[in-house]
Amino acid sequence: MELFAQQVLNGLVTGSVYSLVALGLTLIYGTMHVPNFAHGQLYMLGAYVSYSLVTRAGLPYWGALGMSVVALALVGAALERLVFRPLRHAPPLNSMIAALGVMLCLEAVAQNIWGEEFRHMDSPYGGVVSVFGLPVAAHRLVLLVAAAGLMAGLLLFLTRTLAGSAIRATAQSPEGALLVGIDTGRVATTTFAISAGLAAVAGSLIAPISLVYPSMGALVTLKAFAIVVLGGMGSVPGALVGGYLLAMAESLGGTYVSATYQDLVAFVVLALVFTFKPSGLFREAA
Amino acid sequence: MTAARASAAVPLVLLGAAALLPLLLSNEYYLQILTQGYILAISACGLNVILGLAGQLSLAHAGFFGIGAYTLALLGTKAGVPFWAGLPAGVALSAAMGYGIGSICLRSRGHYFAIFTMAVGLIIHLVIQKWESLTHGHVGVIGVPGPGSIGPIAFDSSAARSYLALGFLALTVTAIARLMASPVGRTWMAVRENEALASAVGLDVMVAKRLAFTVSAALAGLAGGLFAGFIGFLGPESSNVEMTFNTLLYVMVGGIGSLAGPVAGTFIVYGLSQVLAVLQQFQMVFFGVALVLLILFMPSGLAGVWRSARAGWGGRLVHRP
Repeated sequence: MELFAQQVLNGLVTGSVYSLVALGLTLIYGTMHVPNFAHGQLYMLGAYVSYSLVTRAGLPYWGALGMSVVALALVGAALERLVFRPLRHAPPLNSMIAALGVMLCLEAVAQNIWGEEFRHMDSPYGGVVSVFGLPVAAHRLVLLVAAAGLMAGLLLFLTRTLAGSAIRATAQSPEGALLVGIDTGRVATTTFAISAGLAAVAGSLIAPISLVYPSMGALVTLKAFAIVVLGGMGSVPGALVGGYLLAMAESLGGTYVSATYQDLVAFVVLALVFTFKPSGLFREAA
Repeated sequence: MTAARASAAVPLVLLGAAALLPLLLSNEYYLQILTQGYILAISACGLNVILGLAGQLSLAHAGFFGIGAYTLALLGTKAGVPFWAGLPAGVALSAAMGYGIGSICLRSRGHYFAIFTMAVGLIIHLVIQKWESLTHGHVGVIGVPGPGSIGPIAFDSSAARSYLALGFLALTVTAIARLMASPVGRTWMAVRENEALASAVGLDVMVAKRLAFTVSAALAGLAGGLFAGFIGFLGPESSNVEMTFNTLLYVMVGGIGSLAGPVAGTFIVYGLSQVLAVLQQFQMVFFGVALVLLILFMPSGLAGVWRSARAGWGGRLVHRP
């Protein structure tokens, strides 16, 4: 029973990260119809920036996390402006290949700056607390709460503010949004910045309990794609729920079925969905 | 000399030049790079069939390369099957898997197809890497049988092997040229330009795409088999995502959808990567940036530049519609 509870908790922690990453991916897909293959690399960069700021510059954890979000938001906005905006009217193939190029480049850049080694950073919440008799690393609880808070905040932003409505309107119909006076170019830049920022939060939150290394984003990108396909490309609630579901399946499957093939769960799920529903579980939702 | 006859002579001249190259390259190392280049070019031609001709971005390409390579390597080391039987077996298995996987994946379109094949490629790679009892995982397979000899021709020197690889590449390019000129090739291009229209005029889009995917997988398998047999050692990296990206870069640099582009692209990029071996650590940074710049400013690659240059000075003499 304790093993089961422990695995559920692991699932929730990993799920928080998956959901944050998948949210960013689905936002970009929804507004710009670009499958951002480089999304996991933004998550990886976010983790590295926090790592460097904490271990080398000596910043406090939350300060480092905040600066990492700002840095990655700038990177995201720059990518949109310099790479994806010029390709808006090109065939879809072109933006996909460009995304692959960005992905290759970011991973190589990280490898050059930080090297191949696995890096570890300490959490300010190093202790272990007991939850209903279950020993839990304090950082995991902090992560759960922070991720949930951020997701709630993002949902409120998307549904209650003018800027959020503009993003949703652009996702529903770019032409319609343009007609009612929404600056869709700015929406695209903002969406990319938000999405990269979310990836940075996810990377920075997981860094203290996992390790930081250049290829840490590669699998995450694909898992986020699996989630987004499951939940509907462009759907925000789908990404949220899907992230937790996938992590739970991995965590329990890894414990009770096979740990060797744990990473395969996502791709098998993805392949099964596409096999039976070639255009995803849901029609593209806004 | 008419333009048509001139362009018919170009491949023969190139082939002749390629045949002379090993005589000039006395260095063993250069010969091996040349041979690797031929093999990778076969794989690039394969990716060009599905991506450039049929217009579908398949990210499972290295998976099929791995299947061809591992089939030859495992049959050779575990069952003692010689190179010349293992190679066709690898091609056949790659093609069969390509047919099966294509039947499923190609029902998804556009972005979905790219994501789906990326997952399929990763599944193949992870299975190769983790199925240790069969593939030896990270350790890899040692002692893969080489081409040996056919009758009196022995492929024991690097020069002989480079001719063998060149032969396979020439066959590949010829076959693709034939396909491009045939109704099959025209159908692929129709699907690439406008799938709905192609379907509306009565073309069987699914059959065409599946054939392209199968041919592409078979060529990847052929390249994989040659790769494993010539090096004699095989590791799981041969099937990883980076391999797919490198191949994609070869195709993009040379010119997506053109016949000679992927071959030229392979030699330029692979050659550069060998010259820049000192800068190994920055190589992927360059390649990533190069891929983005290409797609932004030169989406048809060198072949596109070549075409517009020819249209530039030839256009004044011959009026093209």
